Amino acid sequence: MKMKLSGLLILLLTFSVYAQQEPLVFESQQQQDRFDKLTLELRCLVCQNQNLADSDAPLAHDLRREVYEMVQSGQNNEDIKKFLVERYGDFVLYRPPVQNNTYLLWLGPLLLLIGGGLVLRSNIKQRTALIDADEPEK
Amino acid sequence: MNSRMVPLLAFIMLLALLLVGLKIADRKTFIPSPLLNKPAPAFNLPVLGSPEKHLSKESFIGRPYVVNFWGSWCITCRAEHPVITHLAKMNVVSVVGMNFRDEPEDAIAWLKQFGNPYEVTLTDYDARTSVDFGVYAAPETFLIDDKGTVVFKHLGQMTMDVIETEILPRIAGMESGN
Repeated sequence: MKMKLSGLLILLLTFSVYAQQEPLVFESQQQQDRFDKLTLELRCLVCQNQNLADSDAPLAHDLRREVYEMVQSGQNNEDIKKFLVERYGDFVLYRPPVQNNTYLLWLGPLLLLIGGGLVLRSNIKQRTALIDADEPEK
Repeated sequence: MNSRMVPLLAFIMLLALLLVGLKIADRKTFIPSPLLNKPAPAFNLPVLGSPEKHLSKESFIGRPYVVNFWGSWCITCRAEHPVITHLAKMNVVSVVGMNFRDEPEDAIAWLKQFGNPYEVTLTDYDARTSVDFGVYAAPETFLIDDKGTVVFKHLGQMTMDVIETEILPRIAGMESGN
């Protein structure tokens, strides 16, 4: 019973998210999941801050169709992304690949964390030194 | 280094980042085409007005040509139309219209109203060829050389300036290169 209920709830959830789109029929749940995941990760280039799943632009409609057909014909996710990158460039990917011009993007947060850590450490050291210097006088 | 300088330095770096961001803001919506210097995508499309006739990429090999993606629904296409017409009238390069996501009646009426500068107009109504060309806006204009390689792409409204500084020199270069 519980299983059925949660299944129903999940179904309702998906309906609310994809309610605006053309009905697509998939051979398997696995294909449906792949399609959903891909369209969430691919950018609609007309309305550049929306993904393919959200956008109602004609281009998004056409690209969803391309993705749908490629999922149906059994192409893997890498092939599908490659198809779109060959035509629209890396910008179509919401998750940019790690390459020469994106190192700063990927490693930037880590550098900031290390930098912040160093500042914090020197701060603590200074304050500890101050406290240590104060104490013997008491 | 004086530790009091750290926040100031951080602020200056942040300011620099923001300034760079502002400077390139108008280029952010521009996506360079990955097709540049690669073979143009293959196509085989019906001709506007005579849908029984198809033209493919091979039909155009042997001479450079300009492909102009347009639609009767596209306001900017209307705005650039006199410039495309001017380019066609210069008789230096074939100008091929690529009418996409449109209806033949609307497209024919549009050409009747604003004039038809195109040597031929192909119809891409399911937009597959436009997706193959990586078209995401309208209009978009490609210059393809005699071997079928994409040598230049212009996104958005065509201007006389782009024709004179980008398109004509490249065509001249092709002719002298042979």
